[in-house]
Amino acid sequence: MATNGHRETVIRVNDVVVELKGNRILNGVTLDVYRGEILGFVGASGAGKSVLTRTIVGLLPKAAGRIEVFGQDLDQADEDQRRAVERRWGILFQQGALFSSLTAGQNVEFPMREYLDLSDRLTTEMAITKLEMVGLKADVYRKYPSELSGGMIKRVALARALALDPEILFLDEPTSGLDPISAHEFDQLILTLQRTSQMAVFMVTHDLDSLHMICDRIAVLGEGTINAVGNMDVMLASQLPWLKAYFHGARATADRLAKQKIGVA
Amino acid sequence: MTAGTLLIGSTRGDRLDLAATGSWTAEHAQILEPLVDAATKSNSPVKNIALDTAQIEHLDTFGAWLLERALRTWTSQGREARLVGLRDDYRGLFEKVHTGTQKLTPPPPRGNRIISVLETVGMSMAGVGADLVLFAQMIGSLMVAVKRVVLHPSTFRFTSMVNHLERVGWQAVPIILLITVLIGAILAQQGIFHFRKFGADIYVIDMVGVLVLREVGVLIVCIMVAGRSGSSYTAELGAMKMREEVDALRTMGFDPIEVLILPRIMALVIAVPILTFLGSMAAIYGGGMVAWAYGGIEPPVFLSRLREAISIETFQVGMIKAPFMALVIGIVACVEGLQTQGSAESLGEQTTNSVVKSIFLVIVLDGIFAMFFASIGM
Repeated sequence: MATNGHRETVIRVNDVVVELKGNRILNGVTLDVYRGEILGFVGASGAGKSVLTRTIVGLLPKAAGRIEVFGQDLDQADEDQRRAVERRWGILFQQGALFSSLTAGQNVEFPMREYLDLSDRLTTEMAITKLEMVGLKADVYRKYPSELSGGMIKRVALARALALDPEILFLDEPTSGLDPISAHEFDQLILTLQRTSQMAVFMVTHDLDSLHMICDRIAVLGEGTINAVGNMDVMLASQLPWLKAYFHGARATADRLAKQKIGVA
Repeated sequence: MTAGTLLIGSTRGDRLDLAATGSWTAEHAQILEPLVDAATKSNSPVKNIALDTAQIEHLDTFGAWLLERALRTWTSQGREARLVGLRDDYRGLFEKVHTGTQKLTPPPPRGNRIISVLETVGMSMAGVGADLVLFAQMIGSLMVAVKRVVLHPSTFRFTSMVNHLERVGWQAVPIILLITVLIGAILAQQGIFHFRKFGADIYVIDMVGVLVLREVGVLIVCIMVAGRSGSSYTAELGAMKMREEVDALRTMGFDPIEVLILPRIMALVIAVPILTFLGSMAAIYGGGMVAWAYGGIEPPVFLSRLREAISIETFQVGMIKAPFMALVIGIVACVEGLQTQGSAESLGEQTTNSVVKSIFLVIVLDGIFAMFFASIGM
């Protein structure tokens, strides 16, 4: 596998171009994601953040460029190799995308049953463990997605994304729609899980708190390419107008002031 | 990566030392589970167990849970168990797993089988009652909406109705014509085949004419419309209900009945009589063609016999029924659509219900009309 210094690159996106219905959404995106880091991915609404995520996981075709996951070019991979890669990543969709005809527990068990040959007892126990790890009560196991609130659906979806202890976790706006306390817990949860398993987390987010508190690096997408990559200090020092507005805007300032008041930051 | 093992270490008095090594991960969970179960099954008199985890190379939640399961089993057996040498970077993970309760309230016990069958029957009867109430409610709300529209004609969603009229009327014409031509042809062929045995082929024209105009034309068209348009009404309204679009309308001060349902039902009430007319004509045409080709009845003979066999009343009986059946199909489709719950499964179920119920009600209504027309001598 490719390494960069001592850090192993798990996702390598090289000069990727994506066109949807004749519109060029991504125009030469190049981005590396390393093992054991949390990469925050920001950009204006409609800039193509979700498009890049969906392209990496193979839901959208790309017009040009190359994407390697675990050193494997997914265009060249045969079905078995693809499945082997897919087994090693977990994806949390923006709306959860739980299977509505299965209970929460069955949703979490679904990938386990597909990929692992475990006893029923262990499968159930693991599903409950995952649900409890994401902060839900074990009773959620028997509930259907239609009986759950938006925040609970997100958590169940995270539990499903984590079902196989993935090495890469894609999160599409994980904390949107959660109250600040839950969002904070969610961030801490991702951090804990990430630290214990050395998982790479690719997180599309608008949550400044998440960016501040858990992201190791931040990549900024604008006009179809990556405008800037770096840690929070790089972002705060950047002179790019959009970045200045993003990290020094009213929301960011209010956020910082509030934190100074309660002594978090 | 090698699968993990659980090594039975030394026993010193009532103290047992165990060591876990290798990979304790999802891939190996299948092999690890029996090891853990075996280690926790022994009924030796050890009181104190120390599980050394220092040599675990890889640990994920599957491995962590299996270790935790071992600890819990030992504890429940009244032994003292603890982990030693847990690496710092695994501690967080292990604690996550450790705090889980695994407490699942047991599912409600399953009762007596006979009672549960009876319960299902009872529930479905209660469901029929609830359906009738919903049906009546929908007629009521429709009437209220119609009254409002009559008083303020400008509020009627004319564009929406025309749009639905195109979909349920105009676009249905080809398939309706095709099916009714075939039905008419089959009726004529069967009639000729059997009537010929006693030399009554010519009466096939009476049969086709009366049957098609009074019953078959309208029934076939209604069954097609229920399957084609009723189901799409249910699915559309169901999807809108699922995505809270119906609630959004309501909070903006619009009446969903007036905005969504009235134009749809109006479109059906207009389209079904037209389709019935076209369908009946097509069926007679199909019958005439077969009578000519298969029965040797020349078209002029067919037409003059048809003129004697049917009256304007025969035609009216079919046409009078059409708008009422359209109303039943529309109301059932809309009621079922609005009953949709959150899941995709529920949407599918409601769509099936909509088609089954509206076809059933169309046939029941046809029976009621048959009695009605018989008693008034039509």
